[in-house]
Amino acid sequence: MQTAWLMALLGGSLIGLSVSLMLLWNGRVTGISGIINGVLTPIRGDTEWRWYFIGGLLLGGFGMNLWDPSVFYGQLETDTWTVVLAGLLVGFGTILGSGCTSGHGVCGISRLSPRSLVATLVFIAAGVLAVTVLRSLGVLP
Amino acid sequence: MKNNVSALIVGVVFAVGLAVSGMTQPSKVIGFLDVFGNWDPSLMFVMIGAIFVHFISFRLIVKREVPWFSENWHIPNRKDVTPALVWGGVIFGFGWGLGGYCPGPAVTSLASLQTRPLIFVASLVAGMLIFRVVDKKVKFKK
Repeated sequence: MQTAWLMALLGGSLIGLSVSLMLLWNGRVTGISGIINGVLTPIRGDTEWRWYFIGGLLLGGFGMNLWDPSVFYGQLETDTWTVVLAGLLVGFGTILGSGCTSGHGVCGISRLSPRSLVATLVFIAAGVLAVTVLRSLGVLP
Repeated sequence: MKNNVSALIVGVVFAVGLAVSGMTQPSKVIGFLDVFGNWDPSLMFVMIGAIFVHFISFRLIVKREVPWFSENWHIPNRKDVTPALVWGGVIFGFGWGLGGYCPGPAVTSLASLQTRPLIFVASLVAGMLIFRVVDKKVKFKK
């Protein structure tokens, strides 16, 4: 239990470090949903860095998978349609709400943005509600 | 070119942070959101760690005139809380609770070559594209 907390704190600090480097180097907020959305409408001069960032995520992911594949375990034993629906909702919702866990939850809260504080409280509350309801309906194990 | 290499490095560190923290394990994320059931609060420390570091670094970094590899800052400064912001959060949160993935961990998990992250990311991209189509008709005030 304690190890999980320490790993969470360590991983979180690395996330904090990476978004700080993005700000220091490129002057940007590290919002994953916004970065992905940006490559879907390529704008000259504002697309390449996004692909490099996504490439970095994959490279880091490959490295972690080699080092300890168990970091990617824990897939839910739910029907495939739930994965599709979840992806659709996350894609649609993050663009409507202008951000996700990284852009609002980490970058926005760190600069005390009122929009990000509200968005983060809302999506965590919605996530808690979703899990509570889906558990009781038997959709989630 | 410099800002591409920097984005790549940021991506690597971000992915390692996500994987180390437990955010790339959907069952763990569901455990974190299962506040009224079998709650596993450990992932709270991901946000605490990340915000602790960036709360301090943000204030130091923006004292600079400009970033290293850009002529200006690209930091959002809107303050208005809109229905789109709230409803977007509701929809995103519901999807997060259903699938156990938010965008960063989902993309990072593609590297594990499992099927479910791939289906999730493809659906996420589809969701973003559907947003555009719906937005053209409805004109959400973001």
